[in-house]
Amino acid sequence: MGTVPSALKHCLSYQHLLKEQLWIGEPVASPPAAPHPGQESQASGLPEYIKIVEVGPRDGLQNEKVIVPTDTKIELINRLSRTGLPAIEVTSFVSSKWVPQMADHKEVMRGIERHPGVQYPVLTPNLQGFHSAIAAGATEVSVFGAASESFSKMNINCSIEESIEKFEEVAKSARNMNIPVRGYVSCALGCPYEGNIIPAKVAEVSKRLYSMGCYEISLGDTIGVGTPGSMKRMLEASVLMLHFCVVIFQMGVAVVDSSVAGLGGCPYAKGATGNVATEDVIYMLNGLGVNTGVNLYTVMEAGNFICTALNKKTNSKVAQASFNTGTIN
Amino acid sequence: RGARLTLSLCPQVSAAAAVGAFPKRVKVVEVGPRDGLQNEKTVVPTPVKINLINMLSETGLQVIEATSFVSPKWVPQMADHTEVMQGINKLPGISYPVLTPNLKGFQAAVAAGAKEVSIFGAASELFTKKNINCSIEESLERFDEVMTAARAASIPVRGYVSCVLGCPYEGKISAAKVAEVSKKMYSMGCYEISLGDTIGIGTPGSMKEMLTAVMKEVPVGALAVHCHDTYGQALANILVALQMGVSVVDASVAGLGGCPYAQGASGNVATEDLVYMLNGLGIHSGVDLQKLMDTGTFICNALNRRTNSKVSQASCRL
Repeated sequence: MGTVPSALKHCLSYQHLLKEQLWIGEPVASPPAAPHPGQESQASGLPEYIKIVEVGPRDGLQNEKVIVPTDTKIELINRLSRTGLPAIEVTSFVSSKWVPQMADHKEVMRGIERHPGVQYPVLTPNLQGFHSAIAAGATEVSVFGAASESFSKMNINCSIEESIEKFEEVAKSARNMNIPVRGYVSCALGCPYEGNIIPAKVAEVSKRLYSMGCYEISLGDTIGVGTPGSMKRMLEASVLMLHFCVVIFQMGVAVVDSSVAGLGGCPYAKGATGNVATEDVIYMLNGLGVNTGVNLYTVMEAGNFICTALNKKTNSKVAQASFNTGTIN
Repeated sequence: RGARLTLSLCPQVSAAAAVGAFPKRVKVVEVGPRDGLQNEKTVVPTPVKINLINMLSETGLQVIEATSFVSPKWVPQMADHTEVMQGINKLPGISYPVLTPNLKGFQAAVAAGAKEVSIFGAASELFTKKNINCSIEESLERFDEVMTAARAASIPVRGYVSCVLGCPYEGKISAAKVAEVSKKMYSMGCYEISLGDTIGIGTPGSMKEMLTAVMKEVPVGALAVHCHDTYGQALANILVALQMGVSVVDASVAGLGGCPYAQGASGNVATEDLVYMLNGLGIHSGVDLQKLMDTGTFICNALNRRTNSKVSQASCRL
């Protein structure tokens, strides 16, 4: 804006700038105990605490072209464990024939440090994967449904109904072992094959997953086509169907998935970006005065580590603005 | 996966996070040829600039900031301001404002055929000092000369306020200061005030706080937001501004224009991404997204760089 100033070198370093701003202050080391029901922050009407689920090591790396060695994956997850993130999706117990990037799931699961207070969910598409995950030490699993029949067919070669049946097997075993299950619904705001997805369908699939025992349902805008209006309509439909979960879920806790450095391109649009970057989400939440318990700097460092390992530029705008090639101050 | 929100939202939260009423129409002010190109490392030849503006003129955009009548000693990228102004096709119904930092620039602009001009103020004393070596008060006095001449020539003046959500030198900026400077510029005769998050540091909360203060002094119909995406917050901040009634948004085709304050960082929000969001919200902008993307492709090829627009990235067959 305006003319480029001549005194550039006197401007504040990004560290100074970020520290100065109220919203980039040092966060609380660990998340607070369950907030009071309906507790909202100040006048903004937003929750006081938002749980960030880090999906970089699984969703991110799975969608990167470069396959990363096991040691690097373990190092990434260990670094993320030190950032304050409460949940880190570690790997996927899927056949390596389909997802070669996750072939080392057992080694990764066994190799990572397990920090107290941090959840380490893993993907388990079926009972076989579930058993394998438990044998490798998993204590939380995830199942992936979709709001689109075409997507379900193309992705896992079965209908939504058939996939739900498989997940029910997983959920039943998990229940017997007291293993929490997280449910994902893909294509919540649009499908790469079908296009428009109706909110009622998302709600229906969410409800099925919830009814089988998933403690949380993650709604995925798989191809990132959604806009604030379609997001609102989809959430309204889902919340109506799942109003009863309000009683059960921790009140006032909202949950957002993101990926460090915005790892993970979009397999449906070549060259396009995929996951939202954890750094950018935290930056926004910090600015809004919402507690996440996550230290932005350590996440940026973890992001820098994995981008170096992948030999790629970060997709996080905050990281781009911060890790200058030549510091200004 | 753009974003995932789980269903742990309780009704109050979902209501609070609810998307409010939006304006039915939004005017997009395209700043790529000026703010964008000015902040690109590569200097673009005059014919390319002219073609860029001509292509933008075909997209449905109503306002295209064409160039800056600043001394080429300070801004070499805009040295060809007169040739550009005289060379572009000026389509009826489209406005081609130009920057004029002082009376001399204003006179040169008018001589070159400009029919609308812009002046730049700031909400930060230190920024003003570093930028143009005077205080905010003094800068407004300089602009007074321009305002008087513009009034005499019936030329509308758009006012910009920089650093509305933070300053690269001062850090935090009070909303009250932004309101004060905006009020002064509006009272001086600017028909519109574009509030610029110059370093893209703002977040939806600070945007809301700033706009609340400014809207007490300037009617919302005369306000625009100019958000930078340096920290990935631009669309979120724009969304909040729209919810508060702002209906004019500045953007730059292909997200041209890095940030001079954070090397390697991005700057302007991409017009394509803004239009995508407006389309999704059912807000009329009059802009043809495909033609806009084609224009972005053209200028990125000319600059030999990748686009900063996520929509373009998703759409190009690489």
